[in-house]
Amino acid sequence: METTKPETYPFSHLQMLEAEAIQIMREVAALFERPTLMFSGGKDSICLLRLAEKAFHPARIPFPLLNIDTGHNFPELIEFRDRRAQELNAKLIVRTVEDAIAAGIARPVPGETSRNRLQIPTLLAAIEEFRFDCAIGGARRDEEKARAKERVFSFRDAFGQWDPKNQRPELWNLYNGHIHPDEHMRVFPLSNWTEMDVWQYIARESLELPSIYFSHERQVVRRDNQWLPVSDLLPLKKNEEPQTLNVRVRTIGDISCTGCITSEAATVEDIIAEVAAARVTERGSRADDKRSEAAMEDRKKEGYF
Amino acid sequence: MDHHDTTSPTGPRTELLRFTTAGSVDDGKSTLIGRLLHDSKSILEDQMEALQRSADLTGGGEVNLANLTDGLRAEREQSITIDVAYRYFATPRRKFIVADTPGHVQYTRNMVTGASTANLAVILIDARKGVIEQTRRHAYLAALLGIPHLLVCVNKMDLVDFEEDVFRKIETDFSDFATRLSTRDITFIPASALKGDNIVTRSARMPWYDGPTLLNHLEEVYIANDRNLVDGRFPVQYVIRPRTAEHPDFRGFAGQIAGGVFRVGDPVLALPSGRTSRIKSIHTLDGALDVAYAPMSVTLQLEDEIDISRGDMIVAPDNPPHVESAFDAMLCWMDQQPLDPRRKYILQHNTHTVRAMIRHQHYRVDIQALTHEPEAGPLALNEIGRVTLRTTAPLIFDGYARNRHTGSFVLVDEVSHQTVAAGMIEAPPVEPPKPEFVEYAI
Repeated sequence: METTKPETYPFSHLQMLEAEAIQIMREVAALFERPTLMFSGGKDSICLLRLAEKAFHPARIPFPLLNIDTGHNFPELIEFRDRRAQELNAKLIVRTVEDAIAAGIARPVPGETSRNRLQIPTLLAAIEEFRFDCAIGGARRDEEKARAKERVFSFRDAFGQWDPKNQRPELWNLYNGHIHPDEHMRVFPLSNWTEMDVWQYIARESLELPSIYFSHERQVVRRDNQWLPVSDLLPLKKNEEPQTLNVRVRTIGDISCTGCITSEAATVEDIIAEVAAARVTERGSRADDKRSEAAMEDRKKEGYF
Repeated sequence: MDHHDTTSPTGPRTELLRFTTAGSVDDGKSTLIGRLLHDSKSILEDQMEALQRSADLTGGGEVNLANLTDGLRAEREQSITIDVAYRYFATPRRKFIVADTPGHVQYTRNMVTGASTANLAVILIDARKGVIEQTRRHAYLAALLGIPHLLVCVNKMDLVDFEEDVFRKIETDFSDFATRLSTRDITFIPASALKGDNIVTRSARMPWYDGPTLLNHLEEVYIANDRNLVDGRFPVQYVIRPRTAEHPDFRGFAGQIAGGVFRVGDPVLALPSGRTSRIKSIHTLDGALDVAYAPMSVTLQLEDEIDISRGDMIVAPDNPPHVESAFDAMLCWMDQQPLDPRRKYILQHNTHTVRAMIRHQHYRVDIQALTHEPEAGPLALNEIGRVTLRTTAPLIFDGYARNRHTGSFVLVDEVSHQTVAAGMIEAPPVEPPKPEFVEYAI
């Protein structure tokens, strides 16, 4: 008889999170007819992509990748996104906020530079266009209070809306993927991951990252208590003096509202040390989340990811 | 151990502990979690700033740690917790996932949800009130959901002058009651979440207590045994067939191991077909493994070409699970619409989906008195009872007490698609006879 001493079969927290995320990926492939995986080239979606590879190897990832492009990008991210999709021989669908504005689907609010909010109608239009019944996203519950209460399988009605007070109970590892036509599911395999887990996983898997995550020289300007990258999309106000600093990004959104942090971190190990010592959350560097205490909850109800 | 150690092939070797917190509205449950996050330095400056902002707005200016977890607008407005909130923190020894669930009576469904994945339940008792109805209900639910470890936190000790007698009385009362529960591992800790006594740092005001602090216990409690490593159970989730030039004939069964240990060369039994084979390889992107165990997600290849699809189970042949289309279960009803015995429900069990009817309701549990009510009407929202179900195809299961994964299921409404109930299968009283199909095995 083999030993069944538990010590013989160790299981670390990263293994646990990975096994759970792979199980979720496979549920999606089994339960939905037209799923997609949202891949932006950001660190969370890089982990998602690796988990999808693991879930189906040696077969190809059985769904296309989707990116909602704000047009307000860090060029390094776009280059990385396209190259990774090609390397994996995956189909990459890109839908742009630019086109959605031109088509009248997305309507910019006067005075608002950031296009994060305009991703909502663009995404919903893409879901309709390709008749996706499920979109896998890299959102994590530790990012934000409203997300802390979201399910792994998060149901969206025919309008793409999330109803936080009427969510399906989610027990054990049993996910209810039943939907009617026109409804869809958002699935978040990284729900239980923290920012630290993501970095530890990137280190463990030696995953490649866009260069902007590491320390680099950049022109930035101090606004609203954060360092914003100087670009054509960020007209300088009077009295604002751009500076060149060694910075990196902690989370990536629309370039006009993604704050950089001053950092000398040149490797993943440096970043892990930095995250461990950090005194603000990563969303603390996103101006769009600071608008009100329920900013994220409001955007999510409309269909944000 | 350095938790930033990334040199080992599996990454850092910190363990993961999932726990749930239960308490009534005023037991200081959210304060306790806020305190754990705060004192373990998991609350960061911008979160503290946001708390400070809302404290200044709502007057008083005192930071309310509960606002860290109560994220939805309605919750902050009404100062209640509506839904299960998941929180995360870490110490160098362990990562923690906290399922913070509301304690009021109408929210049993959330407590059951949070409890379903937990290794441990923290039960909060207000030292001034002692063991009350709600305490017993929480403990009962924790036991029903098979949570292996209970931590009874006697909170608000500052309001009873840190008196040892108060704590000991509660300890005795709870222990007397707990003899009726299946939970064996119960730990008692006197604390004050508000003041921080015995949460993360040892209290100087209770010298009579020499046990661990709450965080100590969460870091130390032995959980490696919570997994079932005895009964080989592999529910097939997805069949991988690349059909590429490189892998023209690869056929692998993908799934997450629900119990036991599987080794290359081991004999296995496929259910419900009853065909036998051996494990040819355990495939992962990172290379082939010699051994895989619960709860790994892997892909198994078998030596023989046998027909296996999603919903089937690959098991160790020496102690097979039950294969039945009628069985008893404890059911927790979670929908506004009560159980309807005339209706068919979608039943999701592991990776297997069938239709089910509730043939008989044996009793409803009076959740206040914890007695059985045989004559009660059909189960309604937040009610629990024992039922007999009949399914359109046999389920391959173990009793919930033996395996939380192969013994659990949910019911889904065919029309609304709401998840309406959670079920925990009661193993049949006698060992099942060797299934007939074994005779046909090769």
